[in-house]
Amino acid sequence: MTTLAFAILLVASLAAYALNRRAATTIRDGGARLHSVSNYHGLFALLLMLVPVLVVILIWLVLQGPVVNAMVMWALPAGTLDGLDTGQADLILAEIQSISGGRIFGDPEPWKLAAAAHLTELRELAALGLVLLTALLCLAIMYVARRKVAAGFRARQGVERIISGLMIFCSVAAIFTTVGIVASLAFETYKFLRLVPLTEFLFGLNWEPQIPIRADQIAAAGAFGWLPVIAGTIVITFVAIFIAVPIGLLSAIYLFEFAPKRIRSVAKPLLEILAGVPTVVYGFFAILVVAPAIRSLGASMGIPVAPNTALAAGGVMGIMLVPFISSFADDALSAVPRSMRDGALALGATRAETVLNVLFPAAIPGIVGGVLLAVSRAIGETMIVVMAAGLMANLTLNPLESVTTVTVQIVTLLIGDTSFDNPKTLAAFALGMMLFIVTLIINIFALRIVRKYREAYD
Amino acid sequence: MTDIPSGSGAVARTTMDKVHGSLARRHRKQLILQIFGITAISLAFLMLFILLASLITTGHKAFTQTEITLEVFIDPEEISVERLPRGNFTNVLAAAVAADLPSVDQQDRAEMRVVGGILSNGAQFQLRDRVVEEPELIGQTITISVPVSDPYDQLHKDLLDRETPENLRRLDDTQIAYYDRLVENGAIAASLNTGLLTNADSRFPELAGLKGAIMGSFWALLTCFLISFPLGIGAAIYLEEFAPKNKLSDFIEVNINNLAAVPSVVFGLLALSVFIGLFGLPRSAPFVGGLTLALMTMPTIIIATRAALKAVPPSIREAALGLGASKQQVVFGHVVPLAMPGILTGTIIGLAQALGETAPLLLIGMNAFITSAPATPFDSATALPTQIFIWADSPERGFVSRTSAAILVLLTFLIMMNAIAIYLRSKFERKW
Repeated sequence: MTTLAFAILLVASLAAYALNRRAATTIRDGGARLHSVSNYHGLFALLLMLVPVLVVILIWLVLQGPVVNAMVMWALPAGTLDGLDTGQADLILAEIQSISGGRIFGDPEPWKLAAAAHLTELRELAALGLVLLTALLCLAIMYVARRKVAAGFRARQGVERIISGLMIFCSVAAIFTTVGIVASLAFETYKFLRLVPLTEFLFGLNWEPQIPIRADQIAAAGAFGWLPVIAGTIVITFVAIFIAVPIGLLSAIYLFEFAPKRIRSVAKPLLEILAGVPTVVYGFFAILVVAPAIRSLGASMGIPVAPNTALAAGGVMGIMLVPFISSFADDALSAVPRSMRDGALALGATRAETVLNVLFPAAIPGIVGGVLLAVSRAIGETMIVVMAAGLMANLTLNPLESVTTVTVQIVTLLIGDTSFDNPKTLAAFALGMMLFIVTLIINIFALRIVRKYREAYD
Repeated sequence: MTDIPSGSGAVARTTMDKVHGSLARRHRKQLILQIFGITAISLAFLMLFILLASLITTGHKAFTQTEITLEVFIDPEEISVERLPRGNFTNVLAAAVAADLPSVDQQDRAEMRVVGGILSNGAQFQLRDRVVEEPELIGQTITISVPVSDPYDQLHKDLLDRETPENLRRLDDTQIAYYDRLVENGAIAASLNTGLLTNADSRFPELAGLKGAIMGSFWALLTCFLISFPLGIGAAIYLEEFAPKNKLSDFIEVNINNLAAVPSVVFGLLALSVFIGLFGLPRSAPFVGGLTLALMTMPTIIIATRAALKAVPPSIREAALGLGASKQQVVFGHVVPLAMPGILTGTIIGLAQALGETAPLLLIGMNAFITSAPATPFDSATALPTQIFIWADSPERGFVSRTSAAILVLLTFLIMMNAIAIYLRSKFERKW
């Protein structure tokens, strides 16, 4: 039925286009001078119909589900929902929905069957309503648009105004996304902080996100101090940066200054491949190759190594960041004005001295910006650590031990069942909030450095 | 040989001499820097090589599947037309295997269970589907090829070491003897594993395939494209060509740049609380995954589109304006078509990133265990990267090579998309 509504809209708007275009052509053929060419008359009708009706259909579709559900729950026999919390009520609703979808398990109570029938009926009604509404709106708009066609009508300006509006809406969508992120994180974090005090979250030294299964259960009250989690993140990030920065910078310097053209034309695309490999692949690489290698190396040297070392996850993450850093360093080095380089060479400096003593210091701000962006990437990187790092929070700075990170905790807390009313799932949103804030600050800082520096030389 | 008197020697040493004296040292330093550079870049390539090599060495074995060819007598006593699709297909198949193994006592139920275990759990359903399709086969003998179960598959691919002590091995000596006997008879052979692409997920490695994941990724990418492409292009055109230079457009610009650097898992949190929690969209649906990926891809498309628009020289705009075109006619009639190759390249690269994105899809539940391919974008499904994650997490040995194979499939798709992007860029992009 939804498809039918869209089909009606499509056909009607094409019809409106043809209708108005023909009308305008007729006026022109009658000898009048049109303000806009007839094509714009047609387009005006098309857009006038397409945009508002599409918005109406989408709003209807978003609201239909919740409204129908609310009506079904409201129509249940009085007293069935007394004393049930939202989770149990949702369970009943889900059962009614699955009965109405034809999947009946066991022998449901008759009132559930009745509710399911009611639900099916309401859904059909809603679908029919949507189709009727679409058809009516289309007809009305077609009539209005057709009435507008006249020799003096400024159809082109009308079309351009609508397109301008659409483009402004597109630009604002980016802001909507940010607002959506901030609002959803802030809302769930607020709910979390009502259950767990802020001081415990920020300064607590224990992270044991459990919730009691029964109300009277002892010793399962969980602890929500994020310090061990952020400590693990810092350890892994440090390992990654420690590997990525030297390799990335040295290869950038080599490619920029010394490499013959042939090598450069092969090496750069190869580095891009390294950058394009999905992180889940790196994660699998970490557990398949790197972690066992580190473990057997540790065993051969007699050092105890945890199975999910920070070293494996951080090392693989470092490899992932190499192309990132080398491309930033390359950009920064190329942005240094040629005159500085020529000056140094003319004074008799070797190429190595030119790069190290002239170009590199001049490029430092850009490189630092790139490294900061790499740090923010490493903090926010998820799949490698989910697959290769540990799950237990462990307040340590030793990279040979198993640590957990903010992103690992977010994913493990939210995989599986999610109800938005216990500290365990809400904690993931609080962690997400902290992650967002930390990476945002680093990003703004880094982008500002990169941009300012670029302007200084342009 | 001349003796240079001490004292005057210092005077005679010119700057040039000093330079010459230090030159060797300085060149050595340059050489060291070069060696460091070459080492660094080789290290990076070595890692890339190890990564690909380990994937190929473990993954190539999943592209073949060990199958056993059986002469099955469809015993009317076990399977009857009236009871279809029910029937004891397992027994019929086990009897067919046992017919090839003279040492087996067909009355011994424990032994027959071991014999039946040679076959994959999916074999009975394969036979059932065939019999349901042609019920007249009952009572006849047919030839059918079915996959063997995972341990035998591993054995056939030399992944199971016969030297391991028996109690640590997944197959004991009798089972290996059965296998050897069947190989001798020519019943067991490896064939191209088409199931890898045509089957959906399964608990049994020998039956698990990527069809569901590929379809899920397809629906998610389609949704992502349909949303992020128009939105991204619209935003980019407005910001680049029309927007007045003011606080708001500055803010939007900073916003977009930051959005491109927000960790992907945060987008997953947004999707979970807004799309699923607030709008009530279904969990695990590729549509929701596509929506989430669209939000992440949009900044990439906007940035690429703006760069492509910027590359169109102002003279084109001025010429069109001079001929009396309106600002929008200039942009949509001339600038955008000229920038299109760049825009498409950026879009494809953005979509390729979206295809490899995993974390946000995990949060919206696209890591569910689903044994059928999604028919619409609203059905539960997995995506290629989440399928890789699920298989990488599975304890069965057979999933190790399946995971590598799935990664190779994913990388193939990514390489194809990037190749198209590169082709578009080189073929259509103009240099002014």
